[in-house]
Amino acid sequence: MINDKKIFLTLLADMLLVRRFEELVARMYGLRKIGGFCHLYIGEEAVAVGAISSLDLKTDYVIAAYRDHGHALACGMDPGAVMAELYGKETGCSKGKGGSMHMYDAGKHMFGGNGIVGGQIPVAAGLAFKIAYREEKGVVLCFFGDGAIHQGSFHESVNLAKIYNLPIIFICENNQYGMGTDFRRVSAIDDLSAMGKSYGIDGKQVNGMDVLEVYSEVKKLSDEIKKKPGPGFLEIKTYRYKGHSMSDPAKYRTKEELAEYRQRDPIELLKVRMIDAGQLDEAEYKKMDDKAKKISQDAADFAESSAQPALDEIYSDIFA
Amino acid sequence: MELTVREALNQAMSEEMRRDKDVFLIGEEVAQYDGAYKVSQGMLKEFGPKRVIDTPITEEGFTGLGIGAAMAGLRPIVEWMTLNFSLMAIDQVINNAAKTRYMSGGQFAFPIVFRGPNGPAEFLAAQHSQALQSLFAHIPGLKVCAPSTPADAKGMLKSAIRDDNPVIFLEAEMMYSWKGEVPDEEYLVRLGEAAVRAEGQDVTIAGFSKPMRNILEAAEALEKRGISCEVIDIRSIRPLDEETIFSSVKKTNRIVVVDEAWPFASVGSHISHLVTTNCFDYLDAPPGLVAMEDVPMPYNREMEKQVCISTDKIVKAAESVLYL
Repeated sequence: MINDKKIFLTLLADMLLVRRFEELVARMYGLRKIGGFCHLYIGEEAVAVGAISSLDLKTDYVIAAYRDHGHALACGMDPGAVMAELYGKETGCSKGKGGSMHMYDAGKHMFGGNGIVGGQIPVAAGLAFKIAYREEKGVVLCFFGDGAIHQGSFHESVNLAKIYNLPIIFICENNQYGMGTDFRRVSAIDDLSAMGKSYGIDGKQVNGMDVLEVYSEVKKLSDEIKKKPGPGFLEIKTYRYKGHSMSDPAKYRTKEELAEYRQRDPIELLKVRMIDAGQLDEAEYKKMDDKAKKISQDAADFAESSAQPALDEIYSDIFA
Repeated sequence: MELTVREALNQAMSEEMRRDKDVFLIGEEVAQYDGAYKVSQGMLKEFGPKRVIDTPITEEGFTGLGIGAAMAGLRPIVEWMTLNFSLMAIDQVINNAAKTRYMSGGQFAFPIVFRGPNGPAEFLAAQHSQALQSLFAHIPGLKVCAPSTPADAKGMLKSAIRDDNPVIFLEAEMMYSWKGEVPDEEYLVRLGEAAVRAEGQDVTIAGFSKPMRNILEAAEALEKRGISCEVIDIRSIRPLDEETIFSSVKKTNRIVVVDEAWPFASVGSHISHLVTTNCFDYLDAPPGLVAMEDVPMPYNREMEKQVCISTDKIVKAAESVLYL
């Protein structure tokens, strides 16, 4: 496990940003500044932040599913561009044409969100194929949920990644529910980390409420892959505090279950660990939290003050 | 020189792979087996297994892999053994290849070609005898090509490989052995331009891909009866060269559109609609449409012939728009 105060502080700040950003997104959704499908990442921050912080995005790549705001921010995308995209404004990262499920930043190697469950997994294999084809030193992190793991796209892609020795880490973010369905009800096995075994890939379960564990496990695996290319597989167990999307009251689970996970909150866990180790005090934490809130509010102000896209823009960006 | 369509396609891919090391070919049986229809014959030997890549039978997987590789800057040629199997991969094509540029506000390009045989052959029954151009042509963000000669097959495939957009390149099993003259020197055929195969005055007959042979036979039969036909090879379904079609109709005042797909919501029915709305005042008869019968393909050969388009059906359609 890592023990580096500088990294701890970055991880804490990044998780706080995702948390406060998403809380503000929920408020702005309520005010109808944001519309459509909107899937919040609250509770799962340690997964995207821990995994992506361990990368070098000059050579590595990230691709995620529809719950992608956290990954976008963890890749260092401008919070203003992410919020403006949610508002559908011309300053959004996708010029207001993508919305919540389609956060992209080519320069930061954030290759999207994807609105089709499992649709990004073969594409991720293709990104890794490019790294191998050009004999580069990168790795791809492919995020998907417990709902996507039963799609053919996952099974086809892990097989392809294995036979071609592609540098890719398949990360199943198991937040326990595929929309309203408990993953155990629809999976032949409860230990999803075993899913790679029939393709010759050893999987591992990781505690996704512990950002240090996520960071360390992903870093270890990506370092190994960079030395000896081939696919890796992690099931990172996490929990979303909110419903599947803004319209979901999450009646399929108990209040007790939610309360229990809140006891293991990833931000609180790291904060307490750092305070106990004398690496942080409450005043410093409050300062970090205030900063996250301010960045989020600034992003919302930027989105609010940005212009609507010109209507003739509907015809651009179809062909290169 | 004279080449078959098969050889022309092979030359197009090989020349582009020699020219640009980012171009590679991936698909079922393309490498060690030399291609299910031998289109990639000899390419593994020349380019090696890194650039001519066999896949497992996982169309969604290797199609999506190609799309990801294109998104990251390579220029894949994805071979579908037949377009029938593209249905396993169509989510990747529609939702990722066609739309990601738009959804990302123009941040990514997808220089990728998906190619393989389309349309009915013989005795292959319903799942292996379908012309699927309408499904792909329906989607904004995709280019769709369907050449009918070795020269176009080569020149258009080279253009498709150099294009920075996803191109669906439709071939036909029955066409692979068709022969034709191909220029000796390097050349490209631009996408989006139709070709006038024969000039005429009385009726326009327009189509693409394998039916072009039937169209030319029909035109010859009609010429013998003193009916002058203008024959248009559409070649590029998207972008569609509307201008060439419209100017021809404005001259002949009559058109028969030939599309071997089912008639409902087809490329053929759409061209008929475009002609009706754009050339209404010039038309002396409603546009004729020759299509596959609106049924799944039966196995029995005589039934199959009844379902498919034919030279005779095109002649009859021309007679109909000429009120003969």
